[in-house]
Amino acid sequence: MTEQDLTDVLCERVTGAAATHTPLYIRGGNSKAFYGHPVEGETLDTREHCGVLEYEPSELVIRARAGTPLAEVEKLLDQQQQMLAFEPPHFSPHSTLGGTVAAGLSGPRRPFSGSARDSVLGAGLINGKGEPLNFGGQVMKNVAGYDLSRLMAGASGTLGLLTDISLKVLPRPETEYTLKQVCTQQEALLRFSDWMAKPLPLSAACWYDDHLYLRLSGTEAGVRHAQHQLGDTMLDQDPSWWTKLRDHGHAFFQRDEPLWRLSVPPATPPLATAGDWLIDWAGGQRWLYSNESAHTIRQLTASVGGHATLFRNTNHSKDIFQPLPAPLFKLQQRLKQAFDPAGILNPGRLYQGL
Amino acid sequence: MDDATESIDRTAFLAGLELPAHCILSEEAELRPYECDGLSAYRRLPWLVLMPETVDQVQAILAYCHRLKVPVVARGAGTGLSGGALPLGNGVLLSLARFTEILEIDAGNRLARVQPGVRNLAISQAVASRGLYYAPDPSSQIACSIGGNVAENAGGVHCLKYGLTVHNIAALKVVTMDGELLTIGSHALDSAGYDLLALFTGSEGMLGVIVEVSVRLLPVPDYAQVLLAAFDSAEAAGNAVAVIISAGILPAGLEMMDTLAIRAAEDFVHAGYPTGAAAILLCELDGTHAEVDVQLDKVRTLLTDAGAREVRMARDEKERQRFWAGRKASFPAVGRLSPDYYCMDGTIPRKHLGKVLATIGDWSAEYGLPVANVFHAGDGNLHPLILYDANKPGELERTEAFGGRILELCISVGGTITGEHGVGMEKINQMCAQFSEAELMQFHAVKQAFDPDSLLNPGKAIPTLARCAEFGRMHVHHGELPFPELDRF
Repeated sequence: MTEQDLTDVLCERVTGAAATHTPLYIRGGNSKAFYGHPVEGETLDTREHCGVLEYEPSELVIRARAGTPLAEVEKLLDQQQQMLAFEPPHFSPHSTLGGTVAAGLSGPRRPFSGSARDSVLGAGLINGKGEPLNFGGQVMKNVAGYDLSRLMAGASGTLGLLTDISLKVLPRPETEYTLKQVCTQQEALLRFSDWMAKPLPLSAACWYDDHLYLRLSGTEAGVRHAQHQLGDTMLDQDPSWWTKLRDHGHAFFQRDEPLWRLSVPPATPPLATAGDWLIDWAGGQRWLYSNESAHTIRQLTASVGGHATLFRNTNHSKDIFQPLPAPLFKLQQRLKQAFDPAGILNPGRLYQGL
Repeated sequence: MDDATESIDRTAFLAGLELPAHCILSEEAELRPYECDGLSAYRRLPWLVLMPETVDQVQAILAYCHRLKVPVVARGAGTGLSGGALPLGNGVLLSLARFTEILEIDAGNRLARVQPGVRNLAISQAVASRGLYYAPDPSSQIACSIGGNVAENAGGVHCLKYGLTVHNIAALKVVTMDGELLTIGSHALDSAGYDLLALFTGSEGMLGVIVEVSVRLLPVPDYAQVLLAAFDSAEAAGNAVAVIISAGILPAGLEMMDTLAIRAAEDFVHAGYPTGAAAILLCELDGTHAEVDVQLDKVRTLLTDAGAREVRMARDEKERQRFWAGRKASFPAVGRLSPDYYCMDGTIPRKHLGKVLATIGDWSAEYGLPVANVFHAGDGNLHPLILYDANKPGELERTEAFGGRILELCISVGGTITGEHGVGMEKINQMCAQFSEAELMQFHAVKQAFDPDSLLNPGKAIPTLARCAEFGRMHVHHGELPFPELDRF
């Protein structure tokens, strides 16, 4: 396992870039290069700043440098029968921990065990002035100062260059069952909503191609009991189905067309947009290929209280994330300014002006 | 504390304020109940208390104060333990106590949209008939309000499994200092742009005033059962916690109490605790019957193997409630032992529990002040309760000095000065020890982005660099204490 602390080098790099107003394109394994707007700037590669700093299974916390490969972190956890609760996607074998947290994306377990942001306990970062800062910590509860570490999750490196991250981890369930059943989208959404209100040991719920898929996690006895409760009409399914869903490995995701991600209140009935749907997160995350205009898709999503992202922007559209109301956007600009006054950290990756 | 100075004439301020008379408190007798929050050692008579009834009124008050540069402190139920709602002698105390409506229950999405003055427990009561509840349960849950819970990122005894307030809310409506109403977060599982919901949670009223909260609800577990284990040393109890978690079990609650806390609770609520034990652990498991039964057997064995001299399972729901009643009443129970007590709120990596408790014990003897320890063992959150008598000259000062040392000890083992009570007024000096100058300046820059004139809750939560210099507090960086050669344990 390689291990190297490049904090000083990275600080110098950012300080230099700030002095000359040179934008930096921060990257880890480049596995999510497709996500968000392209950044024009000098490439800053974090991968040599790597290594696991602390891991004690009984504390349920792991702390590692941003450039550490995600796969390495997960392997270490797996050896201790633990896991990252948010089941992060690996869009390539090169994904890093820093990129995972910066993008803030979560896998099928998200509605049941929390998001990437929910797992963050602390972060070391370098702000746009080149100052190394630490927020949060390695403990479950910490309310000293503003919660700037969780703010980094999903900020795509535009507020700070992550140097290390502390994450809460969970015990890996003793047993997992994957079940499948023929079902319409409408019926699946109703069932998800019904099941989510019951104390069932669910850990994933998806609908695709006239089938619903469920995963149950827990003790052998608990999972078997839950399976019985759900009825005998469910068929067993290969559990690798979820890994392929997590990493967009299914045939559904292989099209060379714009892929929309709609985040909506999970019980929202099927949306009236013609296209191909894959529903994850028990209804909360809906993937869509559609010929409808971006405007129509965004309006429809907003009308049910959600937001739409052009997740795979194969048409090089200039409008990837849902536009924010003006007062909220202004506040986010001021926040960006507070961290990165020279505007050099991944400028424009999320929105023009952030 | 800075002395209050009136920067603007109160009569002139009231003359220009458009608010019904019954929403304004200005007589000394009316103001007196607002002079402190749950941290009664810090008191100040407010300049003025305003109790708006509508969001429009909150917007108008903030815009008006913004225009006149009058500072504002927001207050919920006033149960906070860090002086976060300590009023100003030259500013408005904005009480949200009249915002007590549950606006919407969305059972399909398992959400409740509520006003900030709704009590924590009232939410769970309102949705109980649908088999749902709101998970965070601070021990003040009968009285504390959800707005205050969000402002402090309140915890409780179920955080290890169910998370803090930040993990259990979906959206907020907030009014910024200039009177703008913003919606933060959404009823979906995430939102576009920066995660302001995380930033706002625990911001102690420094960034905006919360006027609506959408909380996430969970299905009530089929079954919950608690085990009570008695140990001959606190260290053995601490080790048992590590053993349970290493075995892959995530208890719904995992609480520890030491001898003094056990005896106080037993005298007060007769929970049935073994008063001869050096420490007890309460371990609650919840889920489906099938799941919990398997785990109970496993945990019982683990506890016995870890040296518990006795492991008891609650015989019925009534006894389970009684076991918890003792724990939840431990603060007032300890309060009966002494005229005053001072509740600390440090968090430490659990592995350091033994030496931290031993050091606190040594210092207790040194200061001549008894300490009872109550510990959210699952998540490392320690509540040492220092017993003192405010009427004895110098005893409060000694208590504060002792408390300050405990917090610095928490930092030095890699923990934090506050797990769930917030910094407020109380721990502002220890912030200088936990954070570097650059980190404090980053906090101030974030504050500036929301409140450029520093009118919201000024002087709280984040110390100025000048204050840190004045108090000469050391900054403990990455657990490296100055003078590392000195033995601190």
